[in-house]
Amino acid sequence: MAKTPVTFTLNGREAATFVDPAANLLDVLRRGLGDLSPKYGCGQGTCGACTVLIDGEPHLSCVTLAETIEGRTVETTNGLQDSAGLHPLQQAFMDGFAAQCGYCTPGMLMAAKALLDRNPSPSREEVIDAIAGNVCRCTGYEPIVDAILTAARAPRRTG
Amino acid sequence: MPSVATYATLAEAASAMTPTSRFLAGGTLVMRDVNYGDQGFDRIVRVPDPALKAITPDSGRISIGAGVTMAGILASRDLDFLWPAARAVGGPAIRSMATVGGNLFAPHPYGDLTTALLALDGVVHLSDSGQVPLDQFLVNRAGLVRSVSVIRPAGDAFRFHKVSRVKPKGASVLTIAAWLNRSAGRLSNVRIAYGAFAATPVRVTAVERALEGASLDQAGIAPALQAATDGLAPVDDALASGWYRAEIAPVYLRRVLLGEVR
Repeated sequence: MAKTPVTFTLNGREAATFVDPAANLLDVLRRGLGDLSPKYGCGQGTCGACTVLIDGEPHLSCVTLAETIEGRTVETTNGLQDSAGLHPLQQAFMDGFAAQCGYCTPGMLMAAKALLDRNPSPSREEVIDAIAGNVCRCTGYEPIVDAILTAARAPRRTG
Repeated sequence: MPSVATYATLAEAASAMTPTSRFLAGGTLVMRDVNYGDQGFDRIVRVPDPALKAITPDSGRISIGAGVTMAGILASRDLDFLWPAARAVGGPAIRSMATVGGNLFAPHPYGDLTTALLALDGVVHLSDSGQVPLDQFLVNRAGLVRSVSVIRPAGDAFRFHKVSRVKPKGASVLTIAAWLNRSAGRLSNVRIAYGAFAATPVRVTAVERALEGASLDQAGIAPALQAATDGLAPVDDALASGWYRAEIAPVYLRRVLLGEVR
């Protein structure tokens, strides 16, 4: 079957690839473009491990039809770190031992980034709601919530 | 893998649908089936028409485009009465994707928003300009949906509550939506709907009849609680047995009617 050309912005850089019919965005990111940060968990939009930001809003890449991202902006955990170092969320997760097996962590980070980008000073309840769609099977939710609140209090970075 | 066909308008897409085509809106249902190798369809049809995201107030009602997402509902002040129902659907990522039109087709136990639309006298507007009451639409769930129009409830006349075992996000054991229209202090033409109770969200007509002319207090709603499951066959699933659903229905119906839960 014919592939469809797709051009979009991935973590601030232009990305161009050809996608199979009905391919999901997660497969395109991981297999097509080598960005292994979003994870395949359930494949049915239940676990949140594949969460990425599309035009700043959290989306589940495993149930996103890849060709629908033409011209849009995609952010993954791979794009969080910059020349200044780890993103405050990454630093807070590391400092606060907010990862056990780590499989849910990229999805948690992106769900948290979507929250902090929109609401820099969330309440604990708002943090819990923001990660409600992200399953941690190690059940380490409390350190994750604490880390997101810690990151929210960290000094703002520019850019 | 299925092929993907993109059309400019819903009318074009409707004429191009085949028995083995699936219409893709937000993707949360169709792409899940693609990932799991569903062989029941070989073609995905989509219409990225911004007109399907329109929200249009019209006197006492409001029309919600089939492509409006749960996040779109939460961003609309005109739809504030639906915020509790939209928040009940998934987490933020699902809410960025899942659409009003898609929710009408969501299999049991999903369809929390549809339950709310059912209680608000939902009318489904189809691609061919035809329209059908939502309760009739849910019998066959056929056709491409352009929009759903609902009543804009006044004050606290609309109540919604989702019962789930997992907090803050979990699939529904029972969802109750109630439009408590009142006339001269008495309930009149109320509409009650249950979600996750039967195969699709359903109106509870026995309760509606029992509430006609009643006062909204403990004594007034007693006959309605007696009729809480009349005419319905609650389903068993992995979340709860039909017996359990039938047991909790009058309890939560009372709480919803008396405003003890929101």
